[in-house]
Amino acid sequence: MLNIAGRNFRSRLFTGTGKFSSAAVMKAALEASGSEMVTVALRRVDLADPADDIMSVLDREHFFFLPNTSGARDADEAVRLAHLARAAGGTNWLKLEVTPDPRTLLPDPVETLKATEQLVAEDFVVLPYINADPILALRLQDAGAAAVMPLGSPIGTNHGLLTRFQVGIIIEQARVPVVVDAGLGVPSHAAEAMELGADAVLVNTAIAVAAEPVKMARAFAAAVEAGRMAYEAGPGEQRSQADASSPSGGLDFLHDE
Amino acid sequence: MVTSQEYLAITCNGESRQVAPGTTVASLIRQLNLDPGQMAVELDGRVLAPEEVAASELAAGSRVELIRFVGGG
Repeated sequence: MLNIAGRNFRSRLFTGTGKFSSAAVMKAALEASGSEMVTVALRRVDLADPADDIMSVLDREHFFFLPNTSGARDADEAVRLAHLARAAGGTNWLKLEVTPDPRTLLPDPVETLKATEQLVAEDFVVLPYINADPILALRLQDAGAAAVMPLGSPIGTNHGLLTRFQVGIIIEQARVPVVVDAGLGVPSHAAEAMELGADAVLVNTAIAVAAEPVKMARAFAAAVEAGRMAYEAGPGEQRSQADASSPSGGLDFLHDE
Repeated sequence: MVTSQEYLAITCNGESRQVAPGTTVASLIRQLNLDPGQMAVELDGRVLAPEEVAASELAAGSRVELIRFVGGG
């Protein structure tokens, strides 16, 4: 059972709620995924269309909301969003996302560390989104982050675990759960992250933009389960030389003349 | 009779509005057909606690931001 900050999760697949074609598709896909924690963003209420509230379709008894600070370009903006998240949702959990460059959406490590320190001091449960930098991951754990969320590849690019080597180091050194977040484009990417030893993954784009999001959600759920089971089952080593699967003895009838 | 000069000019979500003196933030939200319980509220850059939303009166130049959860990754 996965435990983050004292909260248990049966599913190791976390999901985002963005980019779905409709509220109904989002609800069906998230339910099919088995995910128990979903991210949400914070934005101005559209005064011209106030009834447009996609979040009202998700049962908060079933899905734990993890507000993100998407849109924040520095620590100050992230902290402001954090305060709004707490007021809007009555939760002190936060996915800390500080992304100053919209072209790459890569997280600013300095501002992320600064915001983590401030928000931990204000009693937030902080899950920082980071590049797969093992030193930064340790600094954030020292600062009190409840988990670390290294990216596989940039948000929405679907390139999978480009950062596999560094993510492996982060997993090896981590004292808190590691959630691989961003860039996982197909279920095999998620399975790979889990086989590497990740505690969970977070997937949004790959499910939301699939031709059949409900089916893709189920596929990701299966992959996360398979990858975790494989990790726990203790896979064999990769070898440089072949090692026969069938016996080498009992072949004299064939090999002797 | 309340003349237009007695209305307060405020900003809500970046838009100019006029409200009667004594209007609370909660009252403004309800006038917009919204539910104060479904959003976070900032007044002049500060997040308001739920009880402050009902108690805070708007003044001339007040800047209100109404923020809520939307889909995101």
